[in-house]
Amino acid sequence: MEIEHAREKTDWLKYLYTFIITALIFATALYISNYFSNQKMSQLKTTEDRISLDILSSETQFSLLAESSCKNIGDNTLSREVSQLGEKLLYSEGKFGADNQDFQNLKTYYSILEIKDYLLMKKITEKCKDKTAFILYFYSNENSCADCQNQGYVLTKLHELYPQIRIYSFDYDFDIPTIETLKSIYNVKNQLPAMFVNEKVQYGLKTIDEIKKIIPETKIWDKEALATSTKASL
Amino acid sequence: MISEVVMYILLFCSLYFEVFLFITYVEKRNIIKTEYLEKKEDYWPSTTIIVPCWNEGNTIIATIDSLLNLDYPKDKLSILVVNDGSTDNTIDILKIFENNPQVQIYHKKNGGKYTALNIGIENSNSDLVGCLDADSFVDRNALKNMIPYFENKKIMAVVPSINVHEPKNTLQRIQKIEYGWGIFIRKILSHLNAIYVTPGPFTIFRRDVFKKIGNYKHAYLTEDMEMALRMQENHYKIATSHRSYVFTVTPSSLKTLYKQRCRWAYGFLKNLIDYKHLFLKKEFGNLSFYILPFGVISVVSALYFTANIVIKNANLIQEQINKIRLVGFSFNTIHFDWFYLNTGLISIISLFTLATTITLILISMKLSENKIKIKPELFYFMFIYPIITPFWIINALFNTIFSKTITWR
Repeated sequence: MEIEHAREKTDWLKYLYTFIITALIFATALYISNYFSNQKMSQLKTTEDRISLDILSSETQFSLLAESSCKNIGDNTLSREVSQLGEKLLYSEGKFGADNQDFQNLKTYYSILEIKDYLLMKKITEKCKDKTAFILYFYSNENSCADCQNQGYVLTKLHELYPQIRIYSFDYDFDIPTIETLKSIYNVKNQLPAMFVNEKVQYGLKTIDEIKKIIPETKIWDKEALATSTKASL
Repeated sequence: MISEVVMYILLFCSLYFEVFLFITYVEKRNIIKTEYLEKKEDYWPSTTIIVPCWNEGNTIIATIDSLLNLDYPKDKLSILVVNDGSTDNTIDILKIFENNPQVQIYHKKNGGKYTALNIGIENSNSDLVGCLDADSFVDRNALKNMIPYFENKKIMAVVPSINVHEPKNTLQRIQKIEYGWGIFIRKILSHLNAIYVTPGPFTIFRRDVFKKIGNYKHAYLTEDMEMALRMQENHYKIATSHRSYVFTVTPSSLKTLYKQRCRWAYGFLKNLIDYKHLFLKKEFGNLSFYILPFGVISVVSALYFTANIVIKNANLIQEQINKIRLVGFSFNTIHFDWFYLNTGLISIISLFTLATTITLILISMKLSENKIKIKPELFYFMFIYPIITPFWIINALFNTIFSKTITWR
């Protein structure tokens, strides 16, 4: 039997159509992804604006302090919002990239808000004789700081245990004048992670117990917590 | 950054492969429904089915019985059983068929499946020659439904629809989905003239194929792939008869599945190396520009994605260990915040690819089972199989690189 060979032509047009369709799907995916990114950026911006307004409101209240009581100023809601915003910014940095201009603007705004909140809360604490502790935490996202992530876990846990501690985190490598000023005022060297606590800069990874030793107020808070829980159990 | 670019390229290729399949299906679906339904009444070519067996005592009776029950003129169908040096009770069992005029039995020293097949080919003189693995069973109409394809003189071999014989456990039910997917892929590939394997269970050849291009070769224990590639090299057309059902016993444990897939993957890679001259040559059409390059890309993708997942999870585990070491266990209350949903480009494209895969699997289910039924195995196939597949690919790559020999079982 004579064999009929089947030399089929390659369907180049179909290869082209497939390429166009696949590219269109990619473009759609890019559009959807960008849409969500913009939504997230816009959510961050709205939160920052709200926090800014809250700080302004607290500042105004503080100015009126002579005529007002201390108890309504600078409650923990603002602190929680600032910390949630920080978490979202950290997440966004990994997703959108640190070089993204919109992201950089948001991060700058956030850092300034943190400093404003820190300054205001310090004044309120002094004026109202509150027992609030402050930690200015300097980290780096560079690979050189292997312990920065670990220090982050410790500080998050510490804040859970002692909501009275207000923690403000700053990217040491983020090149903006406010952070540079902060670094120079407190003389923070590039030995990260670093923390400014109780008027002293601490370098290297610090555990919860080590930080508790630096902040003596934690003993008082522990006693208060024990007393409250004993009272409740009775 | 480089890893992201590689990821985009591989995802683009995966999507491209699926879109190409889908377009071809849409283009050919009406032809597939009606192709080769009509059969000339008097066209019953003489056919020999070779059954190579080595220690198949458990299934050989049912295999031969299924062949004897084929709806095909008895004087046109002979069954040639080649006992390839079995050491179990296969020899005794085969005695049952000694007096059956349709069945011829040969005994030989163990030399591997391809040697048994070649004995069968040399001792047959029919128009068509086929093979049926001794752990497979044919549907009564399987051969009859293939014959109209041979009325087309260009078609030199016809591949059936292979499905899983009586799946008993989840692993076999997952393989049933996989075999259904295989039926669909082969159907589409046959329309692209790009079939790269003529499976052991019941592929029927014109006898002239062996006369012109020679008998089976060892081919790293995947002689069925080598034969298909050799046919493609010689521009012989291979069709699939999706209405010809064959059922095969599939591995019931992960260990046997792993062993089988290592052999397949190893044979795939080794045969691709032997037939590398078929790549990117205009004269070999879609085989050359579509299925073979994408076969290689799929191996690379599987390894790349697995490496990525392993590295990411290893980092995640390391981070969690550090966290527990420093602050102990902490169970934070989980609250949903859409902000943390991964809406990056890779995630969205992966979702599109997943949606296309699901669509194609449902189409393949319709083609292989004539109905679409959402079952848990479908999800296991899509999400668990990709986790275990890289293991046999890595094994096969290792054996290929270090030229290790492999065994059948």
